Amino acid sequence: MHAAVSNPAVAGPAGSRTPVLAWLLLAPAVVLLAAFTHVPALMTLVNSLYSTPAANRPARFIGSDQFRDMLSDPVFMSALKNNAVYALGTVPASIALAILMALIVNSSIRGRTWLRMSFFLPTVLPMIAVANIWLFFYTPSYGLVDQILGIFGVHGRNWLGNPDTVLACLMALAIWKEAGFFMIFYLAALQQISPNLKEAAAIEGAGRFYFFRRVTFPLLMPTTLFVLINALINAFRVVDHVIVMTKGGPDNASALLLYYVYNVGFKYWDTGYAAALTVVLLAIMGILAFAQFTIFDRKVHYQ
Amino acid sequence: MLAMRIPAALSRLAILALFSFAAGVSAAPVEITFYYPVAIGGSATKIVDDLVAEFEKANPDIKVKPVYAGTYQESIGKALTAAKAGQPPDAAVILAADIFSLIDAGVILPFDQFVKTDADKNWINGFFPVYMLNSQSGGKTWGIPFQRGTTLFFWNKDAFKEAGLDPEKGPQTWEEVVDFAKKLTKRDAGGNVTQWGMQVPSSLTSYWLLQGYVAQNGGKLAELSGDKTHFDSPEVVEALQYWVDLALKHKVMKSGVIEWGTNAKDFFERRTAMFTTTSGNLTNVKTSATFPFGVQILPGHKKRGAPTSGGNFYLFKTSSPEKQAATFKMIQWLTSAERSAEWSIKTGYVAPRDDAWQTTAMKNYVASFAGAKVAYGQLQYLVPELATHENQRVARSIDDGIEAALTGKKTPEQAMKDSQREAERILSRYR
Repeated sequence: MHAAVSNPAVAGPAGSRTPVLAWLLLAPAVVLLAAFTHVPALMTLVNSLYSTPAANRPARFIGSDQFRDMLSDPVFMSALKNNAVYALGTVPASIALAILMALIVNSSIRGRTWLRMSFFLPTVLPMIAVANIWLFFYTPSYGLVDQILGIFGVHGRNWLGNPDTVLACLMALAIWKEAGFFMIFYLAALQQISPNLKEAAAIEGAGRFYFFRRVTFPLLMPTTLFVLINALINAFRVVDHVIVMTKGGPDNASALLLYYVYNVGFKYWDTGYAAALTVVLLAIMGILAFAQFTIFDRKVHYQ
Repeated sequence: MLAMRIPAALSRLAILALFSFAAGVSAAPVEITFYYPVAIGGSATKIVDDLVAEFEKANPDIKVKPVYAGTYQESIGKALTAAKAGQPPDAAVILAADIFSLIDAGVILPFDQFVKTDADKNWINGFFPVYMLNSQSGGKTWGIPFQRGTTLFFWNKDAFKEAGLDPEKGPQTWEEVVDFAKKLTKRDAGGNVTQWGMQVPSSLTSYWLLQGYVAQNGGKLAELSGDKTHFDSPEVVEALQYWVDLALKHKVMKSGVIEWGTNAKDFFERRTAMFTTTSGNLTNVKTSATFPFGVQILPGHKKRGAPTSGGNFYLFKTSSPEKQAATFKMIQWLTSAERSAEWSIKTGYVAPRDDAWQTTAMKNYVASFAGAKVAYGQLQYLVPELATHENQRVARSIDDGIEAALTGKKTPEQAMKDSQREAERILSRYR
């Protein structure tokens, strides 16, 4: 709007109509976003301050009570901790793996197309299907993991039934599933890098690792920022495998935040508390996204 | 334009209403929908469709639309959401244990007001009392037993022979289970277990398995009023201790949490020689086991005991009395002696009425498959399944405790104390 007013070319008699036209053009997107994102988000915020209504007990304003309850809620606390571990474990690992895979399939090795496809394959499979396949991998005694370990004389383990291993098992699946998707972005970025740089570096006598560290990796930074944000969001957003494989068990050792929100909202029907939990989840993701943009933004544009 | 159309539409509606009135009640069928969970897999849909078609034939003035609503969990979710949106189903088959959740949500009606004639009374009094315990609250009947079950004990007869045990006799006491399981647990040269003696599923709704042990130990998990639990009572802690000991002390059961699905598969794969599971699995075991197997009621301790399980019919609050009456008629028809027997034979659920067991069809079935009679023999020892206000949440709190104890993260005593504290926090506001 401001641009329209300050621009002499569109100012004048026709200028007053331009904002209307602009808003009309924006309307479909604005309406959809407002109806399905912004209004529900605001409603969630409002609902989080009210108690859950029941048949003979209407919702009443209780302020920050539900947020205080969270501090003494052991399931919430363990979900929070699990999610932090899950994000810290899966995000850097899947990014590193994605870069590695991108470098491999960007080089001129034989069977490149097949490799690209096989690396990307996990991404196209639906999470529910993947989780069911991995459920078999982790089956104690006769599952794939135990069968392979058995060759080396390692005892069978109850992978998903043990609170010490269950989260790591879910994380391994997530890394496998995510890395291929992120590889595509890195592959695209790698192909944008001018081959002149590599020739120049070769003339200067730079080693391959030195070249990667000082030239390739910095040039990939915008991609890394994009991937990092997406990976972090996914770490909080994707819980299909939790539902299929563990239902958060044993004793909430694999409960992630969104899964807990789902349970509270749609199994326990405690909608007020679920709204409060959602607000916390939104706040965490907002802070993370904000931090990434402010901290990395200055560093990523390598000219 | 719009303003002109409304009266036109209204008058058309009025004409329509007049027409249907003039045509008489008998010609305009009442349409009712009922939500049904497909927890028992494929063929159930066809069985329900056939039953509904038969009912419609006998009652041309009623049209029934069965809606397959997913698992029990999804069914209650859908029914509550629909009710909140003002479009409740007329009836739904939902867990008997969810009775308080439905009453508290204010979405269901008690059956009492529909029970008028002597035939009605005979019908409602014909259900086994233990199945009605989970169906009544505050002196009213809120649920009609439909697909109900209990826990059963299975063993591999070949494995018994190999271990030098009598293949025709299952263990009868807690001690015998440990004793047998020790003989049945096989280890290879490296000490790896190739066959466990005993397995009990523990991934969620594990409270239900614990409840059997608690009943055998002379205790109970909760009051029937649904507002008070006894998770930290000595009977419960001892029962959990026994279960935990199977894995951690006697080492005859796989440690950690055992998946429901894996549990049955382990039995078919000869990874466990004995296991407990729901009677709803009877048909599955019958078709999947490649070896002769034995099935019996749960072994006892101070006494015999096992919890009931499964789904009830609920009648939802809808605006129209005609629909409610039609729905009542359908539920009554589907849970009559003949239909209960038919349903039980086709699915493996325990028919919840004694007269169903006296039908010719049922008698023939029991004669052809002795396993079918086992659940019937257990009926006298049954205790109602755990059912409280906010049942899903309370059940989850004890499930978490059981998992913590089975994985050795907490002692049974500590685990049950923590679960009781959480249950207390939830239930105190309902007293």
